[in-house]
Amino acid sequence: MMEEQSSPGGRHVVTAVVNSCKTFVGPVVRFYGSSPPGAIALALLAIVVTIALFANQIAPYDALHTDFTNLKGSPTVSHPMGTDIVGRDVLSRIIVGTRVSLLVAFVSVAMGVGVGFVWGVSTGFIGGKFDLLGQRLLDVLLSFPSLILALLLMIPLGRGLGTVVLAIAVITVPGAARLVRSTALSVTQMAYVDGARAIGASSKRIIVRHVAPQCFAPMMIIATIDLGGAIFTEATLSFLGMGIPPPNPSWGRMIGASLQGMFTPPWWLVIYPGVAITLTVLCFNLVGDGLRDHLDPRLRGKLD
Amino acid sequence: MQTYVIRRLLLTIPTLFGVTVFIFLIMRVLPGDPLASTGDAQRMIILTEEQTAAARKALGLDRPLYIQYLDWVADILKGDLGYSFFRTEEPIREMLQRRAPVSTQIAFFGVIFSWIIGLPVGIIAAMRRNTLLDYVSRVGVTVGMAVPSFWVALTLIIVTVIFFQWKPPIEVAFIWDDPWKSLQQTVPPAAVFAIGGGALIARMSRATLLEVLNEDYIRTARAKGLMNRAVLWRHAFKNAVLPVITLSGLQLAGILSGMVAVERALGIPGLGFALINAIDQRDWMVIQNLVLLFGVIYVFVNLAVDLAYAWIDPRIRYR
Repeated sequence: MMEEQSSPGGRHVVTAVVNSCKTFVGPVVRFYGSSPPGAIALALLAIVVTIALFANQIAPYDALHTDFTNLKGSPTVSHPMGTDIVGRDVLSRIIVGTRVSLLVAFVSVAMGVGVGFVWGVSTGFIGGKFDLLGQRLLDVLLSFPSLILALLLMIPLGRGLGTVVLAIAVITVPGAARLVRSTALSVTQMAYVDGARAIGASSKRIIVRHVAPQCFAPMMIIATIDLGGAIFTEATLSFLGMGIPPPNPSWGRMIGASLQGMFTPPWWLVIYPGVAITLTVLCFNLVGDGLRDHLDPRLRGKLD
Repeated sequence: MQTYVIRRLLLTIPTLFGVTVFIFLIMRVLPGDPLASTGDAQRMIILTEEQTAAARKALGLDRPLYIQYLDWVADILKGDLGYSFFRTEEPIREMLQRRAPVSTQIAFFGVIFSWIIGLPVGIIAAMRRNTLLDYVSRVGVTVGMAVPSFWVALTLIIVTVIFFQWKPPIEVAFIWDDPWKSLQQTVPPAAVFAIGGGALIARMSRATLLEVLNEDYIRTARAKGLMNRAVLWRHAFKNAVLPVITLSGLQLAGILSGMVAVERALGIPGLGFALINAIDQRDWMVIQNLVLLFGVIYVFVNLAVDLAYAWIDPRIRYR
């Protein structure tokens, strides 16, 4: 198979690339049509992801290298964002910190929304006692402000990358499950589901072929919005010293570590990481809003 | 309405039960019980086997879990919140009574400021739709919903320290003892919360107002020759704003969440700071009861929101 593709000159490869570009570019252009800010934010996010992937190559200094001759150095030409309390370059740490933020956000949201999707589709489709039980469990999870719930989960698990991901995944579940359930519930009552049942389709087939695909769009919307929320929560947890353990750079931890007792921290240790958090969350929110307008025509124009 | 209220009230009982069980299970069943973490080697408190066993017995940790759970709930219902591991001279209950007013005041001002900022922005943006004013306010709203509140708080402090050499006082000040000091302590964090909350309210009030302005009865009102102002205030505003009021519930949740980080950032001695301190020190009983307090407050906020919805919108009651 491999040889067949590559042997007749690069032509097949070129057509494959062109085709994949077409399939990729088309939706992006249409997305730009329905939501310009969303598309611009998506482009910015592509840059952020690139920075995260090549963080070590882009960063001007080693993010973990401490320079005791230059503690709390204010921004200069060689250190455009200054150095922190142990002399590490702030710009490099922000660049490398992109990795942690995006990694935590993507993994935890994928886990949380995935569980929420299965939860929502199954409770919405099956209904009855099962649904009732699922709903009450969600009520318990929704009874805590999200950060308090994340903190509560972090206490016995201890801090670390894995536990942060787990905690954020758990707080993502209820919102996604609720939204998906309401969609699944309305889809299950549609005539075409009755039709499928009438021609003898199994429950499994109805879920997989008819109900789950309909819940996909709301899932994507909430996942994008949750990505911003996940970055937010990771930053807050790390700021509180409950997130990513040092010395690994994380935007929230950088701000938290600048607080030494009751002294006011140097401004560059606070401002720059905060701008990084805000911009990334902003982009995810804009893409989420754009996706909602784009994928859910019923909401188009209503909320903007 | 009555049946709805009763049904909704009954629904909070299993939720509250679930909340207590959930907290208890997380605190006890997951690895690391209270003593395992208070007496670890890193903290230089090394207990012998017998000392640990004695301490477990004294704290009642050797009893079966369901008895411990019932005991805890019974204590809570009696109003006994137990003692901290470290500051044993002051019961947790008194600690909460000392710290709660500060946090309550912050939350209260936070909600009020959000309304003062958010509502006019939302109304103006909806009325002047697709003008420069609308675009500017929408950009502001989007940014306002993306900034972390603890970061805004720190930035605020850096600015005031650099330009005015001023910082919020760090010791507890009650509004009835020392109003000026108390306001200095609670207004800055409330203003910080008002950025996110105001953005939320501006966004929602703009959306609902636009939706209402598209309704048939607004066209009818215009058609019968009412002035624009009368249409807006008499017909549109009331219907648009009532649903937004319930947003204050969502916003209180945001404040409860943000409280921990913002109080930590500003060094304000409220409930959020107490929680993060307790977590740092692994002060089991304080964590458990504080998280319960946050959960219970939130459950009742949600209850109030649902009841308010039903009161405003009769369609919900009959569902």
